[in-house]
Amino acid sequence: MEELYAKFVSEKISKTRWRPVPPGSLQTAETFATGSWDNEENHVSLWSIGDFGNPDSDGSLEGDHRLLCDIKHHGDVMDLQFFDQERIVAASSTGCVTIFLHHPNNQTLSVSQQWTTAHYHTGPGSPSYCSAPCTGVVCDNPEIVTVGEDGRINLFRADHKEAVRTIDNADSSTLHAVTFLRTPEILTVNSIGQLKIWDFRQQGNEPSQILSLTGDRVPLHCVDRHPNQQHVVATGGQDGMLSIWDVRQGTMPVSLLKAHEAEMWEVHFHPSNPDHLFTCSEDGSLWHWDASTDVPEKSSLFHQGGRTSTFLSHGINHQANAHQSLTSSWLSTDPAKDRIEITSLLPSRTLSVNTLDVLGPCLVCGTDAEAIYVTRQLFS
Amino acid sequence: MEELDGEPTVTFVPGVNSKKKQMCFDWGPGELLVCETSFNNKGKSEMVPCCPFIYIIRKDVGVYSQILRKLFNESHGIFVGLQRIEEEFTGKSRKAQLVRVSKNYRSVIRACMEEMHQTTIAANDPASGRQFSSQVSILSVMELIWNLCEILFIEVAPAGPLLLLLLDWVRLHVCEVDTLSADVLGSENPSKHEGFWKLPGNTQTLTELELRWQHWHEECGRHLQDGTFASSPPLESLCKVMLGDEAALLAHKDLLSNWYHFLVTRLLYSNPTVKPIDLHFYAQSSLDLFLGGESSPEPLDNILMAAFEFDIHQVIKECSIALSNWWFVAHLTDLLDHCRLLQSHNLYFGSNMREFLLLEYASGLFAHHSLWQLGVDYFDCCPELGRASLELHIERIPLNTEQKALKVLRVCEQRQMTEQVRSICKILAMKAVRNNRLGSALSWSIRARDAAFATLVSDRFLRDYCERGCFSDLDLIDNLGPAMMLSDRLTFLGKYREFHRLYGEKRFVEAASLLLSLMTSQIAPRSFWMTLLTDALPLLEQKQVIFSAEQTYELMRCLEDLTSGRPARAEPDAQRLEEDDVETTKVEMLRLALARNLARAIVREGSLGGS
Repeated sequence: MEELYAKFVSEKISKTRWRPVPPGSLQTAETFATGSWDNEENHVSLWSIGDFGNPDSDGSLEGDHRLLCDIKHHGDVMDLQFFDQERIVAASSTGCVTIFLHHPNNQTLSVSQQWTTAHYHTGPGSPSYCSAPCTGVVCDNPEIVTVGEDGRINLFRADHKEAVRTIDNADSSTLHAVTFLRTPEILTVNSIGQLKIWDFRQQGNEPSQILSLTGDRVPLHCVDRHPNQQHVVATGGQDGMLSIWDVRQGTMPVSLLKAHEAEMWEVHFHPSNPDHLFTCSEDGSLWHWDASTDVPEKSSLFHQGGRTSTFLSHGINHQANAHQSLTSSWLSTDPAKDRIEITSLLPSRTLSVNTLDVLGPCLVCGTDAEAIYVTRQLFS
Repeated sequence: MEELDGEPTVTFVPGVNSKKKQMCFDWGPGELLVCETSFNNKGKSEMVPCCPFIYIIRKDVGVYSQILRKLFNESHGIFVGLQRIEEEFTGKSRKAQLVRVSKNYRSVIRACMEEMHQTTIAANDPASGRQFSSQVSILSVMELIWNLCEILFIEVAPAGPLLLLLLDWVRLHVCEVDTLSADVLGSENPSKHEGFWKLPGNTQTLTELELRWQHWHEECGRHLQDGTFASSPPLESLCKVMLGDEAALLAHKDLLSNWYHFLVTRLLYSNPTVKPIDLHFYAQSSLDLFLGGESSPEPLDNILMAAFEFDIHQVIKECSIALSNWWFVAHLTDLLDHCRLLQSHNLYFGSNMREFLLLEYASGLFAHHSLWQLGVDYFDCCPELGRASLELHIERIPLNTEQKALKVLRVCEQRQMTEQVRSICKILAMKAVRNNRLGSALSWSIRARDAAFATLVSDRFLRDYCERGCFSDLDLIDNLGPAMMLSDRLTFLGKYREFHRLYGEKRFVEAASLLLSLMTSQIAPRSFWMTLLTDALPLLEQKQVIFSAEQTYELMRCLEDLTSGRPARAEPDAQRLEEDDVETTKVEMLRLALARNLARAIVREGSLGGS
């Protein structure tokens, strides 16, 4: 992988997301949003890596990412998602959820809608009102689901002032992340190592299914669903362990892969090449996991560029699967056949890599060293 | 760097009536705390309502701090990389690496300068434009000093290449400092010396160079004497300059921006193969000649002079005084220490100079709301006081989200600071308990392996159960896993919940023996025994015999233990009597149930083929 552009941006980056390209279009990703944290004044910013029309001396049109516009954000940006082409949803450490609207004609961002008391420990009605950080947000136009340190799950709809549905005390510990399984089902991970599946069609306040880690109840920090196979889910934990789950069967993970040396903050399946997985961690590294088996004779020991090692995937749940033909390479439990190649993408160890996002051949990540790294040639 | 050339600015504190009241203040790491006292200016203290706020006053660095942050972050990366190359290289390759690190630092400074310069041009109002440009000149001075130190101390250029490097140095900074750009002498130097030196250093030895230069020098002198240029005064003065004639050079003083420019020019024409140790003679005389007794040396001049004298400690000391932040001296000293140039110059409070400067810089970083993460790596490189300083600082970082707390905890755990881990986890667990987030509280006590807190959380659960009759947060209690072993109370909670589950699944015999073992193994707290015995009632009342005779004896023993230990009531009042009544009824019911069960159990066990 070549041409990783780094830029120091004077604020620690907590979240970064590519703007989605319109479906069916041949464009590659051009714009990404970032959120900062731990500043007295935090920002949600939009950046562009598009061509600027000025070819370099050697004729290449690529260059640094540049800032398009930004807007003040009250509190740390805990999570960020693109709601659609123009709107970005941001979750704040003050418990507020905000929709920002981007105006492309004059390159500004403005607040389109806000739910200020989405998450709290003691409610706004009482004198000892205490807000709680909102830790995760996920969108599926027109719905927005948020989770927080108060163990609450909210379902919002854009342009509705109040939450459509709220599950109070959904969890007795902190909910760290949320993702859609199949609408209307969502999956949350919490700080006692459990995955919970919630079905919004049901009336009760109980999860429809609970899965948990074996052994120590290590907190889980991030979750992502396989783009094509909606029952395959990957989670990252506080001990840097990557777990792959099949939510249809069993209550335990299918594979446990020892990955990072510290908290894994984000895990992402590549949206169009789901045999590729990306993780980033507090230990300052960003890993690319390649489970594609199309080039089995590729000897990973001679792989150029980055630190590469070969891992065997450990299947600990050998339940017979009648539909073998449909299992993804992530669920396969044949150790001799399946090797996952792991490459470290950042050239040198840095402070924590808090966030990453992939779209097509482009990858962006942000670190606590106040730097944003972008590459447009992920698979070269 | 500048003298006090204006009146200090006055800042009014809003809400404080400074005419009437006196204020008190205290200095912090980079800020000032101010509040109003109840003392009157006239000395009498009146009970006049005063301003209830405490103010934090901070120097307005907001203007350029955004760009300086990039300096801090990028140099942090270089610093950490430098600590790692320590063992890898030796000898020549090591020196090359160190020079490369020095150039990296300098390029970071230059990048900052460039960006700030761009911002100065784009600045809207003159005041901030002035601030920016003054910051640019500070950075420029830093780079000037660093560059000279690199040439003299890190690269350790010998005679010959030394002058070339000094030429580059001057040219770089003369062209920057935005003065008279059409510098005749400056622009003439390149052509003259490039043509002369050809390939510097590699193909010619120092002696050859010296011989050739001598020859050229004598030829110039002859031309002057012969009066070849007598017809044209400018050409004649040029010839004198090329001979290194000081008076001729000084005549064009307006074209030389400063004394070190004069110095290098003079050396070029009078002694190009100057040895490093001779530099300071020329430097001192150049300074004196240039200033000509009209002005006294400025701090920058003293710093450069100390460098030419190879007095590293003096350089660092002067820089520390002249510059307002520790960034420069901390990084430069660390680099020079890696070049093994600093003797263990012990300061009177025990640590050496490098460590002292790094500690100061890192403490400054910790005072910043966001840059504390950089400070950690600096403290790590201070062998004597680094760890203790880090322990003190890390506990005081405000934690407003769990994610930040996790990062701080990771820093502590990586360095085996178990005390700090424990104390931070306890604070977070306490906050969670107060917010009724019992799962979070338990998760924090598991992380800190804090058995006492786990007991506290379990007690909370049990109390909730007693009050409400059912468990809250079943998802947590049912899934404790190995964490259950952390504390006895927690184990009890888990097992008690298991008892309820077994009962719900109608596995009465297992439930019964579990219940009994909870009491006999002393896991259950005494206060809970009554509840457990009451839970046993429905099992005793079942049609089939569940408790065996042996078990029933055990239960009876527990009941006796419980009732005999009860102290006599001192003052019976109405409510207590009522409670007592309830208690007594319960006990009696239990005794009856136990006796009946005992009877049935004995009969059953006594009969042949008993079911």
